Amino acid sequence: MSDNEKTPPDQLPDTPEKPAGAAPDAAPAGGDAPKSAPTDEEKAAKIAAAKAKAAAAKAAKEAAPEEPKQPWETKPVTPEHEDASADPDVAALAAAVDGSVLAADRFAGDVTVTVPADKIVDICRALKTGRGFKFLVDLTAIDWREREQGRFDVVYWMHRFDDSKRIRLLAALPAERSMASVTGVWRTANWLEREVYDMFGIHFEGHPALERILTWEGFNGHPLRKDFPVEGIDTGAAIYPDVYPPGGGPLRPEELEQPEPKADGKGES
Amino acid sequence: MTDPLIRYVVVPLAQTVVILLVLLGIVAYLTLAERKVLAWMQVRIGPNRVGPRGLLQPIADVFKLFAKEDLVPAKAERFVFLLAPILIFVPSFLVWAVIPFGETFTVAGVPVTSFIADINIAILFVLGVSSIAIYGIILGGWASNNKFSLMGGLRSAAQLVSYEVPLGFAVVSVLLMSGTLSLVGIVEAQRDAGIWFFIPGILGFGIYFICGVAETNRNPFDLPEAESELVGGFHTEYSGMKFAFFFLAEYMNMLVVSSLAVILFFGGWLPPFPNLLAGLWQSPLLSWIPPFIWYLIKVMIFIFVYIWFRGTFPRYRFDQLMAVGWKWLLPLSLANVLLVGIGVLVLKG
Amino acid sequence: MTDQRLPSLFDVEEMELSFGPQHPATHGVLRVQLKLDGEKIVDAKPIIGYLHRGTEKLFETMPFPQCIPHTDRMDYVAAATNNQGFCVAMEKLLGITIPPRAAYIRMMLAELQRLASHLVWLATHAIDIGAITPFFYTFRERDAILDLFEEYCGARLTLNTMKIGGVPFELPAGWTERCSALVDGFPAHIDEYEELLTNNRIWKKRTIGIGVVSPEDAIDWGLTGPPLRGSGVRWDIRKVFPYDRYDEIDFEIPIGKNGDTYDRYLVRMVEMRQSVRILRQCLDRLPAGPVIAKIPKVLRARDGMVYGSVEAPKGELGYFIVTTDKATEPYRCRVRPPSFVNLQLLPDMVRGHLVADLVAVIGTLDIVLGEIDR
Repeated sequence: MSDNEKTPPDQLPDTPEKPAGAAPDAAPAGGDAPKSAPTDEEKAAKIAAAKAKAAAAKAAKEAAPEEPKQPWETKPVTPEHEDASADPDVAALAAAVDGSVLAADRFAGDVTVTVPADKIVDICRALKTGRGFKFLVDLTAIDWREREQGRFDVVYWMHRFDDSKRIRLLAALPAERSMASVTGVWRTANWLEREVYDMFGIHFEGHPALERILTWEGFNGHPLRKDFPVEGIDTGAAIYPDVYPPGGGPLRPEELEQPEPKADGKGES
Repeated sequence: MTDPLIRYVVVPLAQTVVILLVLLGIVAYLTLAERKVLAWMQVRIGPNRVGPRGLLQPIADVFKLFAKEDLVPAKAERFVFLLAPILIFVPSFLVWAVIPFGETFTVAGVPVTSFIADINIAILFVLGVSSIAIYGIILGGWASNNKFSLMGGLRSAAQLVSYEVPLGFAVVSVLLMSGTLSLVGIVEAQRDAGIWFFIPGILGFGIYFICGVAETNRNPFDLPEAESELVGGFHTEYSGMKFAFFFLAEYMNMLVVSSLAVILFFGGWLPPFPNLLAGLWQSPLLSWIPPFIWYLIKVMIFIFVYIWFRGTFPRYRFDQLMAVGWKWLLPLSLANVLLVGIGVLVLKG
Repeated sequence: MTDQRLPSLFDVEEMELSFGPQHPATHGVLRVQLKLDGEKIVDAKPIIGYLHRGTEKLFETMPFPQCIPHTDRMDYVAAATNNQGFCVAMEKLLGITIPPRAAYIRMMLAELQRLASHLVWLATHAIDIGAITPFFYTFRERDAILDLFEEYCGARLTLNTMKIGGVPFELPAGWTERCSALVDGFPAHIDEYEELLTNNRIWKKRTIGIGVVSPEDAIDWGLTGPPLRGSGVRWDIRKVFPYDRYDEIDFEIPIGKNGDTYDRYLVRMVEMRQSVRILRQCLDRLPAGPVIAKIPKVLRARDGMVYGSVEAPKGELGYFIVTTDKATEPYRCRVRPPSFVNLQLLPDMVRGHLVADLVAVIGTLDIVLGEIDR
């Protein structure tokens, strides 16, 4: 905006002391050459027009129903936990094996059944042959640190092809106890149990060849346990636990053994 | 300068030297040709950095192979390890003594033949000498003290031995038609008959070429050097100049098989329809083409077919390879001999 | 002299061969310990773990959105579907619905990724069996797909291309035209590959009857993906548990008859054609709208566990996420890698075959060691 536009040809440039009231036409949208001061009638007409417009818009808004917001435009609602004991498979399982269903939960569409660890093979067999869950989707464990029913939760979930139903089992397991292997029920469990053994240290009885799978033989430690540091442990501690502190992190510089200087003074290589 | 000295000593020596050098050059550039042609089939360009359009690549390869460290694995049987490449390389050069390229021409009044020797059992010589190479492969695979090499060597030996039999029978069908074992004689017989032998002997040609591809360990019969299974097969442990010998011998064998296919079935150095179109070939427009060029063109077509096979086919598994050789090619080649024999008997009265 | 029986001329010794971690044909660092009787395989034992990087442990230390780049690195050949799996599982956990435009973009990225992954599979499988030319043709197409990815998210291989709640970016100008051109030209290329291989005698001899898996065995061993479909079981997560609006798209699931290598090859070729079909429909129907849902800046979960799975090119890729109340990181995130479970079947598939078939079977299972070892 140049100054030329602000000053009309027949008026002197505004001085700062000029009272605001005397030049209302200098105020409107910048760049326009100010016209002669509007009359009161014109001002009133403008205000009335604006009010009418606002009233019309409000009326239109109230007349038309407000569009419902789409689910992705509103804040997401986390699903709730519901009890699933009434689920037919859960009920059938409870009937087939005594004391098998300790709790049943439905969350985000998944049914989770808490089962006792010592009856796991019977339960799995009942589900496979009785209810048709022929496909073991995955087998893993969770480390809950200190918990009264047992440190670990071993998780199984399986699938039925006919109606595409999935069900999940949670078996609480204290740290020193071992679990029965379900390789006799589904052969998929073979490597999955080996991985759980490797990562958590849970023994599976009856497994054909329970050895470490992702870490090497002789590795000392179970990486996915919560007390295993994320940085990893020194390879020495991994193999020689009596020499190195178990579960210790990487050796700090002051812990490094200083090598003996050689006799000819050449020092360490 | 006595005439016998020139004719029986100087000329053959000169021929030998020239043929050796030319062959080495051709084989070296054959490696480049394979890489370029294969590349064009595979939507790439191939070597184009060394020299204009990559033409100096074989020379660079030669320097590289000379300069590489010459390793002998620690537990390898040293003498046999060194002997094996020689056993493979020498026979493939030796057969060129009897292979003819063209007509006899004169140089400064001295007639120079396009072959080093024309013996009357030329085919037998070729088949016999090239079989020695099998020893090289077996010994190379065994002497490396490496399970992969051993397996590769054994596979290759079995393959070569099996495919020699139908190859021999296919050649026999040509002999029935030509009546002579001499390679020059076979080409002459094709000229006299007026047709190339692949027309009556089409089955024999097919069998011969397939067996030829198997004999040179080329795709689809290249299981002994299948990279994806045995890393390198029988030449896994070889490096430097010894590896170069294996490499050169393979390409030399390709040339031998192609040359024999041309001589036995495609009229050697004869132009197409040598008698029918004799007027055309003798005309001043085309009479300057030396017969050697015809031979070269035909051999190059076969080499192209070799490279084409490599770019197109997957490879046979070993037992399937043996089945093809023994269960299919051998009975077919015997039947072929029978048919050709009957045909010759009928046609020649 | 002891009275040990002296070895007779006909005693058979089995040769132990380590198809080592470094080998041209094992698609990564896989070691297979073989017991051979001549050329026949008596036993095969796959040994894995050479690429274990502790991804699952790392997930426990990072907030949810930060986990996504780590999922790329597992199946590095098909990164977009890894991302998609994690996002699908998280959206299930947090109750997020994604906008339709985001769903369609995700589907397009996933199907492009499926094409790219199957092209790599075809290239390496063919080259292992000896046909060296399809490799170059397939990589030419794959390069075009990776260029599309680069335009979209800046990376060719480790894409990090999806966010919890949608996708991070709007499609660049002209992307849909380029994608459309690629999709239109693709069936001709698939025909080119099929011409080289499908009716080739040698190819059929090398793949028919090799590595046969019956449907009951496939289910018992937990196979998923093309190996399961090649054995005749009609099962695809996109149809059964549709995620990301796959239920609005028309496509078919190819299944095989005999469960051998040739059938799995055919299944994957048809899958490529179906991916092209899905892409065409997505491009035609791409809706307007936002590309990401309205989600809080810091994602906090409640306590619970959820399992979300997607149909990755290799099989069913699942994420099992366990969270504690008000957590910003997963307490435990388990990845169900399809290649891990598929590879278990290797010894049974190759027993009695020859060494040359081992390579064909490893190729047909389409394993990626990054996913197996995590």
